[in-house]
Amino acid sequence: MAQTRRTYLVDPLVDNNPITLQVLGICSALAVTSSLQVSLVMAIAVTSVTAFSSMFISMLRNHIPGSIRIIVQMVIIASLVILVDQILKAFLFEISKTLSVFVGLIITNCIVMGRAEAFAMKNPPVDSFIDGIGNGLGYGLILMMVGTVRELFGSGSLFGITILPTVNNGGWYVPNGLLLLPPSAFFIIGLIIWAFRTWKPEQVEVREYIIQEQEVEAH
Amino acid sequence: MEGLLSLAVKAIFVENLALSFFLGMCTFIAVSKKISTAIGLGISVMVVQTITVPANNLILNGLLKPGALDWLGFGNVDLTFLGLISYIGVIAAMVQILEMVLDKYFPPLYNALGIFLPLITVNCAILGGSLFMVERDYGFAQSVTYGFSSGLGWALAITAMAGVREKLKYSDIPDGLQGLGITFITAGLMAMGFMSFSGVKL
Repeated sequence: MAQTRRTYLVDPLVDNNPITLQVLGICSALAVTSSLQVSLVMAIAVTSVTAFSSMFISMLRNHIPGSIRIIVQMVIIASLVILVDQILKAFLFEISKTLSVFVGLIITNCIVMGRAEAFAMKNPPVDSFIDGIGNGLGYGLILMMVGTVRELFGSGSLFGITILPTVNNGGWYVPNGLLLLPPSAFFIIGLIIWAFRTWKPEQVEVREYIIQEQEVEAH
Repeated sequence: MEGLLSLAVKAIFVENLALSFFLGMCTFIAVSKKISTAIGLGISVMVVQTITVPANNLILNGLLKPGALDWLGFGNVDLTFLGLISYIGVIAAMVQILEMVLDKYFPPLYNALGIFLPLITVNCAILGGSLFMVERDYGFAQSVTYGFSSGLGWALAITAMAGVREKLKYSDIPDGLQGLGITFITAGLMAMGFMSFSGVKL
């Protein structure tokens, strides 16, 4: 039993990562990764919403009629997100301004819905809670990796502390402005996926078309 | 009128929901393998967006804002914290109603779009559109324009993406990048393309 619970927690980190393998939750996350601090807050917010929504949905799973389950799940998730939103506004107002609409978009973050539908509807509350935390952490891991690359090379700092002194401030590092722009997040995630799949070759997708080997005739 | 036109162009190209705000990415990546399905989904998003953004605008201004319930005698009640739950409720209800109306009165359209409609409830682009409308404090006319044009921008992006991917499947891609990886990089290049619109001013 303890063994399976450990799997629920560890499995989504690399082997079954929500972003790189399940293609869930890329929606709202990428725009918030230009600085590490914001990514961290977003990761914590998503992890707590996923964990608690999975737990509550799992508690109610035997009482929710199948035909309206999406709406019930939505209501539970939306209530939790409102809670997170209000907490951020009260204690971390600056960050909640930067996150703007993306806190609200946790509602439609596919990870939360996906885990509720795929796991919490079939498993007991404690397992669902752990599964939610695991998937939130898997999401957070990618978010932090992207955030680290973007902030370090885009503005030469981590958590706002200067690591590479930039030319504008009399240092030597010329920041790569592209990394602060939205498209760079796509490239970084693409490369992270490449790295993950080189490490774990069983995640590689099967080709739809295989290019025929051709023999070149010697003249 | 000019203001609305420039808002529309801005929402379609400069602030494209898919490529500069990453909204609706899950469906954007998952349903962009074929042009025909991409167009179907794009049109459904456009229709739902055109209805829900103005509807949420009416709810915000008529029920939730401080002072909006004056006529009931609750002058100082501020219900904006209920915003998120009401918007998602409106979206879910609208999608359901649209599905039933299409089924009853326009069966061919229902057959073409029907399978995409449930997907749309959880599409971040739809909720995102409503939340941007709230954040930027749009009026009713602006919200109609914004809803339609942001939906159109999303449809444009997913159709273009599907076009690229249809060609891409014949290319020789490194194993690790196959499928998802290369799709992300393509999306990144497209986002850079769309960024070149950012200098456009009307």
